[in-house]
Amino acid sequence: MAEVSLKNVSKAFGKTQAVDDISMTIDDGAFVVLLGPTGAGKTTTLRLISGLEKLDSGSVQIGGRDVGLETPAQRDVAMVFQQYSLYPHMSVRDNLAFPLRSPILKTPEDVIAAKVQQIAEILQIPHKLDNKATELSGGEMQRVSIGRALVRDPQIYLMDEPLSSLDAKLRADLRVELKRIQADLGSTLLYVTHDQIEAMTMATQIGVLEEGRLVQYGSPKDIYENPNSVYVASRLGLPRINILPSALFPGTHKGTQIGLRPENIRQGDGIDATVLRSEHLGDQTRLHLDVQGHPITTLTDPHQDYASNTTIKISPQNPLYFDADGARAI
Amino acid sequence: MAQIVIQNLKKQFGDFTAVRESSFTIEDGEFFMLLGPSGCGKTTTLRMIAGLELPTSGNIYLDGEDIAQRPPSQRDIAFVFQMFALYPHMNVRKNISYPLVSQGMQRAQVKAKVAEVAGILGIEDILDRPVGGLSGGDRQRVALGRAIVREPKAFMMDEPLGALDAEFREHMAEELRALHDRMGATTVYVTHDQLEAMQMGDKIVVMNNAVVEQFGTPQEIYDKPATMFVADFIGSPSMNFLKFNGKLGAAASDITLHNQSFAIPQSREPFEGDMAFGVRPEHIKLSDDAPFRAEILASEYLGTTQIVTLQTHGGEVKARAPAQQVAKPGETVGLEFDPATITLFDRQSGRALKSELNEGVLHG
Repeated sequence: MAEVSLKNVSKAFGKTQAVDDISMTIDDGAFVVLLGPTGAGKTTTLRLISGLEKLDSGSVQIGGRDVGLETPAQRDVAMVFQQYSLYPHMSVRDNLAFPLRSPILKTPEDVIAAKVQQIAEILQIPHKLDNKATELSGGEMQRVSIGRALVRDPQIYLMDEPLSSLDAKLRADLRVELKRIQADLGSTLLYVTHDQIEAMTMATQIGVLEEGRLVQYGSPKDIYENPNSVYVASRLGLPRINILPSALFPGTHKGTQIGLRPENIRQGDGIDATVLRSEHLGDQTRLHLDVQGHPITTLTDPHQDYASNTTIKISPQNPLYFDADGARAI
Repeated sequence: MAQIVIQNLKKQFGDFTAVRESSFTIEDGEFFMLLGPSGCGKTTTLRMIAGLELPTSGNIYLDGEDIAQRPPSQRDIAFVFQMFALYPHMNVRKNISYPLVSQGMQRAQVKAKVAEVAGILGIEDILDRPVGGLSGGDRQRVALGRAIVREPKAFMMDEPLGALDAEFREHMAEELRALHDRMGATTVYVTHDQLEAMQMGDKIVVMNNAVVEQFGTPQEIYDKPATMFVADFIGSPSMNFLKFNGKLGAAASDITLHNQSFAIPQSREPFEGDMAFGVRPEHIKLSDDAPFRAEILASEYLGTTQIVTLQTHGGEVKARAPAQQVAKPGETVGLEFDPATITLFDRQSGRALKSELNEGVLHG
């Protein structure tokens, strides 16, 4: 495994600047998640590292070596895609062994057998090894395709939304599993997603992308508690952070916009808010409020019941402040 | 508008039973969710209410009138599908007017009606645009407009948000619910997404394998699940089941599992055999000196809270803890359970055992 670093990396497709001057370092053994909506440049960044796209400018280093001119095979990276593509005519065992049998690697068969068995056990599919790839459920197929990357010992694993086509329960299981596997193997992993739960729960570092630019890079806790813009603050947290004019609340403020996460609104004192609707989600109840025409979402005790149009008092707690242009004001 | 009563409704396709003897009542003005995994019979139930399928037996009363065997055109119900089927060669206005024009309504009246609906949906500015170039959200609004404009007695919606991405779905869910609150029309909504059901529904019917497992308000179903299936299907992460074999007294207020005694809501029926001790993640507290020990397997950071996965004698459990609490994988901790929230299940049948907590909620 190796450290991977990007310096001033850019890539345009026609007039679209897909990746715009990104510099970042993925430490050896780190689990880095690139987070952003569709079109933010996540997948392009991944493809630039793997060599599936050519750089317009900047450099990519893997283990201290500049790989800008190398082919994907020479770079020694392993990729997992959103859509699992297994060889349907092969057994699970042969699918897993396939990358090791490549002419470049020339792995002896007994080493392959041992490796395949080990990975199958990590992924909890050893009993499926002799099944045809097509006789598996969706979740099992995706595990095999992750396994096909894991049998190799590349410089870095690159994964592009590998869980997004799975159902919610399986996704939750595989999240825990993937993180455990990465920690056990001590591997370096770059993972692309638009799902904030995946980013928060698995990453050692999150890189937040906005229109091709890397706008913040740090631990999940850092990004959640110390976002440097409204954009970043809105990426993490469900329900989303409330962004309001500071002037709604009395007192002096450090910026013109105030950011209040739903859990950071105190009830009982402060300004008047009208309850529009409460949603009982079981473990928590969401209150949709209106303050002088501004919608606000907050959380309350699961068994608390408010009729619509009740007026309650709210005040900010640990607010984040932002300038008019969305930058954090400190 | 309309109350819908479903009585012993059953549907068979050849040898296959899609819906088995279901009964429930949808009150006037309710936003009513039919929730369950794929193949559970929820869509078939909806289609029977709309008249797109005829029931094998049973009754459907719309405002007291049995409509079970009537054709859809005589039911006065509007259907919104998952894929918004708009007429591609018509503009937005024509798409929305279509149901009225085909009823033979006068042009001036149609115009007024369409303007009113466009106002409700906030799409006045796109009325003269072709539907081809519209965004997903606007297409959906147009499809809704076409359903609303007829002023039917009730709306049937089959996963109308299923095809949208997560962020937009959240937004449309709020919009749809707000629209319902403005119009107050009885709405029956099919989904497999438990969060969507909890978020939008006044009442929920949970279905599994052609059977209604439970029927109630979202909070009721969450707090007092009638079966292990419901407990597992609702909530994320779902309810934990500690498996054990034991004996429950007729009016016991504690239960012994794995040699330790735990307080529970007072029991209303005796039981002996394979049971599951059901506890939700937020009702488990990590505490250093609690005697029920568990090994931490993983912790997942979620901002203000974290989900901690633990190995216990009764199997794996997930607990929701404050984010600042230290939970290192490999360490051993004690677990405390909030006694008032516990549900015990008969593991064989999956049925919740009656207690002080769920008394009156469960039927059968």
